[in-house]
Amino acid sequence: MSILVNKNTRVVVQGITGKEGSFHATQCKAYGTKIVAGVTPGKAGQEVEGIPVFNTVADAVKKTDCDTSLIFVPPPFCADAILEASDAGVKLVICITEGIPVNDMVRVKRALRGRDVRLIGPNCPGVITVDEAKIGIMPGFIHKKGIVGVVSRSGTLTYEAVHQLSTLGLGETTCVGIGGDPVNGTGFVDVLPLFEKDPETQAVVMIGEIGGDAEEKAAEFIKKNVKKPVISFIAGITAPPGRRMGHAGAIISGGKGTAAEKMKTLEAAGVKVVKNPAEIGAAVKQALGR
Amino acid sequence: MNVHEFQAKSLFAQFGVPVPRGKEITSPEAATAWANELNTPVFVVKAQIHAGGRGKAGGVKITKDKGAVAGFAKELIGKTLVTHQTGPKGRQVHRLLMEEGANIAKELYLSILVDRDTGWPTFIASTEGGMEIEEVAAHTPEKIIKEAIDPAVGFQSHNGRNVAFALGLQNIEPAVINPFVKMLENLYRLFMEKHAALVEINPLIITKEKTLVALDGKVSFDDNGLFKHEDVQKMRDLNEEEPLEIEAAANNLNYVKLDGNIGCMVNGAGLAMATMDVIKLAGSEPANFLDVGGGATKETVAAGFRILLSDPNVKGIFINIFGGIVRCERIAHGVIEAAKEVKITVPLVVRLQGTNADEGRKLLAESGLKLEVANDLWEAAQKIVKLTGKAA
Repeated sequence: MSILVNKNTRVVVQGITGKEGSFHATQCKAYGTKIVAGVTPGKAGQEVEGIPVFNTVADAVKKTDCDTSLIFVPPPFCADAILEASDAGVKLVICITEGIPVNDMVRVKRALRGRDVRLIGPNCPGVITVDEAKIGIMPGFIHKKGIVGVVSRSGTLTYEAVHQLSTLGLGETTCVGIGGDPVNGTGFVDVLPLFEKDPETQAVVMIGEIGGDAEEKAAEFIKKNVKKPVISFIAGITAPPGRRMGHAGAIISGGKGTAAEKMKTLEAAGVKVVKNPAEIGAAVKQALGR
Repeated sequence: MNVHEFQAKSLFAQFGVPVPRGKEITSPEAATAWANELNTPVFVVKAQIHAGGRGKAGGVKITKDKGAVAGFAKELIGKTLVTHQTGPKGRQVHRLLMEEGANIAKELYLSILVDRDTGWPTFIASTEGGMEIEEVAAHTPEKIIKEAIDPAVGFQSHNGRNVAFALGLQNIEPAVINPFVKMLENLYRLFMEKHAALVEINPLIITKEKTLVALDGKVSFDDNGLFKHEDVQKMRDLNEEEPLEIEAAANNLNYVKLDGNIGCMVNGAGLAMATMDVIKLAGSEPANFLDVGGGATKETVAAGFRILLSDPNVKGIFINIFGGIVRCERIAHGVIEAAKEVKITVPLVVRLQGTNADEGRKLLAESGLKLEVANDLWEAAQKIVKLTGKAA
C-alpha cells in the first residue's frame, strides 16, 4: 500500500517536449513510472523517448487511459493546463511549475472545487511512492522503501529529510511535496488522513515553513484524528518579518505565521517538533522506539 | 514588489477610487509651482519611501502657507527617515507627494488580499482607521470585518453592502454607502486585473463634505504576475531595494540580506531557510538567505561568492548543496572555478550531499583550496561557527 500513486498509476506529462518536461519524463520513466503519454499542442504524432505526444489531454486520456497528469508548462499557461487536465477527466494533477501568479491559482482552485480531481502543487517536487512511481523532479535514488510518510512544503529540504530516513534504515512509503505557494491544491490536512489510513505508513514527517496557517490547521487535525507519530520541522525560525524567503508563501506578516508560533501549536497537538533539521531522521527513529 | 504612495494613488484614480489632487515632486521649485496650481487651503507634503510610520518620523508636513512648501521640500528631499519599518539605517527620501488637505470627519480602514486559508480574495475593513491594523486585530478583534469574494463570479454589490452595514455606515454617514459599495467593486477590479498582492487604504476617510477619499494608499504586487503588466514594472524604484539584492536578481539568485556573520549559499528555498536556522542553533547568525536554485553552475556560484563577499559583515561562508538533479561534482567544479576568479578571504565550509557527493567532496579535497569539506548538515554548521567564532 501507499498513498496517491503506485505502480498502476498511468501518467500524462503536459509540456513533454520542453527542456524540463522531456528530461524529467525520461527520468520518471527510467524509475519505473508508467509514463504513457505526453501533451504539447501542435506536436501530436511525435515521440519523446518512446512516449507518444498528443495535442490535447483529452486525446491522451482517450488513447492511453491515463489518470494522472504531471505538469511542466511555463507559468503564463499553467492555469489553463491544470484546468485542461481536469476537464479531460484526469483524477490527480501534479503541477511542478514555479512562478504561477497567485490570482491565477485563486481562479483555478475555485474552479476545481466540487470536481472529482486532486491538485498537488504548484511549485512542488511532486509525489513519489518508493520503488513504484516517481511523478516529479526528486532524485529517485535517495529514497528507500520503508515505513515513513513524508509531506512537505519544500523541495531540497524534503530530500534532506528523506536522505536521513534512508540512511537510518527507516525508509519511506510515499513522499508528497505540496509546494511553497500561498494558494495550492492540496494541504497538510488533505495528506495526513491518507497516511493515517495507509497500513504501511508507521510515522509521518511533516515539513513546514513560515507563512500562512497550514501548520496550525494541521495541528488541529492531528490532535483529533492522527494516532500515528508525527515528527515535524518548521523552516524559518531566523527569518525576519515581512521578507519573502524564496517561496512566495514564505513570508511572515504582522507577527502571524512565525516558525516559533507554529512549533508551539504543533507541540501542543502532540507532534514531536525537531528544532535541528539535521535530527529529523533520528527523531523519527526515537518516536518509533527503534 | 512594492510601489510608492503616489503610484498607488495614480492606480486608484485610474480605477475610479477617489484620491486627493496630488502630484509627485522632486524639487523645491516644483513644489512651489504645484502649490500655485493646486490652490487649496491646506497643503500636505509627504515623503515617499517604501515604509510605514512616516508621519511619526517627521516625513509628513501639513501647512496652510503656500510659501512654506518649498522649504519643506528642501528639508525632506535627501533626508534619511528612520521609522519602525525601515530598520535603524533608515531610508533616504528621493521624492515627495504633494497634495490638497482634506476635512476629516471619520477615518476607516480598508484592504483586500488573498486569504491563504480559503484561497479567496478577501476585504478587511474596520472603523479604527489610521491605526496599525495588526494592533486592532490583536486588541479588538471584534472590530475587524472580513468579506470574502467568490472568484468564480467576482464582486457582487451585496459584498459591498455587507461591509458597509457591518461598519455601521448607516449611522456614521448614510450618504457614503453607495459610493462605498462602488469603491469596493473598483478595488476588487484593480486587485485582480493588476495581480496585486495587497491593496490597502489606511485611512479611508469620510470628509465633512460627505465624500469618501483614499487619504493614504499602499499597493504591493505579486512578483509572479508582473510579466503581464508593463505599466506596473515601470513603477519599480531601485532606490528602495538593497543593491546586493538587485545584483542577485540579475544573476537569477534569490538573495535576502540579513544582519549576521555567516554567509550561506544553498540550493532550494526551504533548505536555505533550514541552513540559516542550523547556523543559529550552532551559536551564530546567518548573514543572508541565498538560494542558487536548481541549476547552479560555475557562473551562479561565482556571482554568489561576489555577493556574499561584498557584505563586510561576512566572516565565513557555508555552502550547503543537496544534489538532486544538480550533480555535486558539477557544483564542486563550480566552486573550484569560482574560487579562482573571486578571491575568497574568509573561511569556507562546503557540505555536499546527494547525487555524486563522494566525487564532489574528493574534487574539493584535492583542489588545494583552503576549505573544509563536510558530509553532514550539523557537522558543517558547527565547523563554520567554530571557524568564525560565536556571535557576540
